[in-house]
This record gives sequence, structure tokens and C-alpha cells, in this order.
Amino acid sequence: MKIARDTWLIFQRQMLLVLRNPVWLIVGIVQPLFYLVLFAPLLKSALHTTSNADAYRIFVPGLLVLLAMFGPLFTGFALIAELRAGVIERSRVTPVSRLALLLGRSLRDVVSLLVQAILLTVVALAFGLSVNLGDVLLAYLLLALIALMLSAVSYATALKLKSEDALAPLLNTVVQPVMLTAGILLPLAAAPGWLKRIADFNPFSWAVDGVRALFNGHSGASSVWQAALIVGALAVLAVIWGARSFARGLR
Amino acid sequence: MIETKGLRKSFRSRAGRETKTVEAVRGVDLSVAAGEIFGFLGPNGAGKTTTLRMLATLITPDGGDATIAGVDLRRQPGEVRRRIGYVAQGGSTWDDSTAREELVLQGRLYGMSKSSAQRRAAEALQAFQLAEYADRPCKTYSGGQRRRVDIALGIIHAPKVVFLDEPTTGLDPQSRAHMWEEIRRLRADGMTVFITTHYLDEADALCDRVAIIDNGEIVAENTPDALKHEIAGDVVTIGLNGSTPVAAQLLDGAEYVRKLETPEQGGLRLYVDNGAVAIPAILRVLDGEGIAPQSIELHRPSLDDVFLTKTGRSLRES
Repeated sequence: MKIARDTWLIFQRQMLLVLRNPVWLIVGIVQPLFYLVLFAPLLKSALHTTSNADAYRIFVPGLLVLLAMFGPLFTGFALIAELRAGVIERSRVTPVSRLALLLGRSLRDVVSLLVQAILLTVVALAFGLSVNLGDVLLAYLLLALIALMLSAVSYATALKLKSEDALAPLLNTVVQPVMLTAGILLPLAAAPGWLKRIADFNPFSWAVDGVRALFNGHSGASSVWQAALIVGALAVLAVIWGARSFARGLR
Repeated sequence: MIETKGLRKSFRSRAGRETKTVEAVRGVDLSVAAGEIFGFLGPNGAGKTTTLRMLATLITPDGGDATIAGVDLRRQPGEVRRRIGYVAQGGSTWDDSTAREELVLQGRLYGMSKSSAQRRAAEALQAFQLAEYADRPCKTYSGGQRRRVDIALGIIHAPKVVFLDEPTTGLDPQSRAHMWEEIRRLRADGMTVFITTHYLDEADALCDRVAIIDNGEIVAENTPDALKHEIAGDVVTIGLNGSTPVAAQLLDGAEYVRKLETPEQGGLRLYVDNGAVAIPAILRVLDGEGIAPQSIELHRPSLDDVFLTKTGRSLRES
């Protein structure tokens, strides 16, 4: 009960700050929109699909996973600013739940992501995507888990490194290969065998497969529950790690 | 109100490939009574902030024990948090939220209901003369205003003990005097106030008792007056032009000189029982050798003299 109350308090404050200064929310959505508008029209011929709608059912899930990766993964920068402002220290001398310090922030990241995801989906619909509402909602659930996991990882890393100069190169180095081997922009179906082997060890490749299955109306496909299981388990581990990082010092 | 015994903390720091252990705090014993302003005085890097952060539950001590407001720091840190307030050195507010929002949130994090947090916030805004700016974002405040918000946040839950880490560092003289008034008011409200400072005049003017920390260890603890009394009598400083070693030799054995020091900035510093008696005698000795002092000054010992006698260097140098 206390955790829920504290989480809500932290979440409210974090949302307030986002709404007062929404520049990152906007920056986060602009890039995927560029891809959707300027890159996606090439896909029908490149992917040899019969219609734009088919091409979008392959491409939009990738973009959504990209969105769920990039925004939350870089949220640690905001935390470093908070560390510097002394806000974290001030919270940690109060009896507030340490898990709530993490969850309140991660929840903000999840909500921001969902707003961006809905916006992207609506624009894609206007471009000719057609998809079942129930499947989209399930896909959003997967995206929310990815966002929760990566924001917790980002916060834990930020609390460890405490410096933008250390965080930026680390994230950039990790995120590029992870993104490329996840089959985000193009499906890995046409990839050589060795690349597929690598992708098997990339949880985001499973997530992209799951979201693609949902956008193609296969909510019963095994890739869906596999993605949910993998991403869900990782999210739990990441949240434990993040909460422990916030609790450093006397518990 | 605060009792510590053998509190220790060391950090591993890395310089290149070498890691070395820095003993930041090496066994601190303190006893702070209820309702006093206790000053923790020392140069930068002496271990003041580390000690304070241990007492505020932010870092775990490597060894030793502490009881704060009747609660064991190691066993019940959560209970300690309810009873203390802590105001860090570097500020504690977001740029884009207002003082009122910050105070209400802080009250709620301490478990207050929305309405009582709002009431407490309004009271605190009045008490700290912030009501006028209460609904403007914190980034628009002056340094002194923002520091007052920090302190108001630290005491929103009416703690028994409040820790203030260098509350006046970086403030202009007027804001500083204002802050001293605020701190005295906390004491008048029944709080025990523990402040760190590297300003001697601040410790002297504000604190009921002072502990001097140097290199992670307490080197003295008493009221400012008693500390000054310990080194006794008066201090005579003599400015000399080049003949310092000769003068030091002449005066070192004199029966009215308790202690003689040659500070790094030159000249001599003599601790004497009675300045009025000693100065003519000193001048006679120097005159006899043809040494003419450039200046001669008599003053009551300050906390800086205490610091100097306890640690062998001046606080201003370190």
C-alpha cells in the first residue's frame, strides 16, 4: 500500500516535470515519424509485399520497439541531472519506499512511451496500416514491459556512473549492436545463418517477432508468449537491480 | 540527542590503475545534547560531510555505532529517517517546480495526508519568508531564497534533529546573517541543530558547542569559549622583517611566553598569559638586539588559534 502511494507521488511529480518541459518527449517521437514518412514508402518494393499495409505490418512493429528502446534507455540522463540537483539525496533521507523512487520514474517513462506509440500508430493508420485493436493493445503491453526494463537498467546504470560523460558512450556502444541484431528495421528472415544465431541471444529480437506477430493478427503465435516471458522476466530483474541501486546506503 | 562511538568510513579511490583506500572518518565519538546548535568545524576534506551523511543514513558506516533521537542508526535506519531532517550542501530542488509543490511533496513523502502537507507547506513558506515566491519555479530564486527552501524542506516534518551541511557556503553576507537567524529559530522551536562549517566566525557566533575535525578525527570538542580558554591567555603576533629566527631564539625561553610559533606567512605568534605585561617585555628584548618589529598585535584567542594549536596549521591555509 505504501509502495503504491509513494510510487503515485513520485510519478505525479515526474509527469508534472515532463509536461512543463516536454522537449524530450517531442524529440523522441520526431525520429520514428521521419522513418515512417520518409523511409517506409520504399518498403513495399524492397520487401516484395503485395501492399503498403503488409509492409507497414512488418515495419511499424520494429519502429515501435525502437521507440520503446531509445526513450527509456536514455532516461538515465535525466536522473543524473536530478542527482546533481540534490533531489535524489533529498528523497533518500525520507522514509519513502526505494522501490517507489524507481517505479514512479519508470512509470513516467512507460506512460511517455505509450503516448508516443499511440501517436505513431495513428499516423501509420493514416498511411495505410490496418490492424486489430485487441492485438495492438497486447503489443502495447509488450512495449510497456520493454520500456519498464530499459528505464530501470538506465537508472541503475546512471546511479552507478553518476556522469553523462560515462553514460553516453556506454549506452551508444551497447545500443547499436543490440538494435541491429534485433531485426528492427528489416526482418531477419533474409539474414545469413550466423546473424540469426546472434539474434537468438538478443531479447529484443524476440520482442520484435512478438510484436510483428500481433500486428499480423496472430495473437496466439508462440512468438507472442515467448516475447512476453523473456521481456517480462528481464523487466523483473531490471526493476530489482534498479530498486537496489536507489537503496544504496542503509536500507 | 546524538551519540556516536567509533564511527568509521573509508573509501576506495582510483587514480589511474592504482586503487588506494582513503580513511575519510577514523573513529568519531560525539555527544550532542537536545536543543543545542552543534558545530562541526574543519577544513574541506576533513570528514565533515562523510560523518554527516552517515548520521543521515545516506551511507553505511564501516564501523562504530550511533544513536540518534533514541534510535539505533544501524538497526533502525528507517526510524532514524522519520526523526531527522537533512539539508545537503548542493541544493535539493528541481528547477521547474515551485517551492510550494516541493514542500507539499516532501510532506507527503513523510507520510502526511494531502491536506496536512498543504497546511505545513503554507506554514513553512510563511516562516521562511518565501510566501511571495511560493508559486514561482525554483530556478527563478536567488541563492539565499533557494537555500531557505532547502531548509524548509528539511524540517517540513518537524524532526527532532536537523543536519545542515554548510548552510551558509556561497551566500552573501546579508543572506548569511539571515540564515543564522533562521538556524537560531530552529533551536528556539526545540530542534537540535547539527551544522558543518569551515567558517570559524560562524562556529563562534552561532554554535553552542563545537567539535573540530581534522583528517577524519575529532581533535577538540567543547563550547567555543571553553576551547578558546583552553589555549589560555592572549595571543601576540609580531611582524618581523627578516630577523624572525633570531627573534624566535631570543623569545623562546622567556618565562612569560607559554608557546611560540612561527606561522608560514612569516613573523611570530606568541601565546602569553597576559598581553599587557608581555608586550613591553618583548619589545625590550627585541630592542636590546636592535630588532624593530614592523607590527605588533594583541588579540584574544580565536577559534582559528584553537585550530592552529590542535592541528598545527591554520584553518585558512587548509
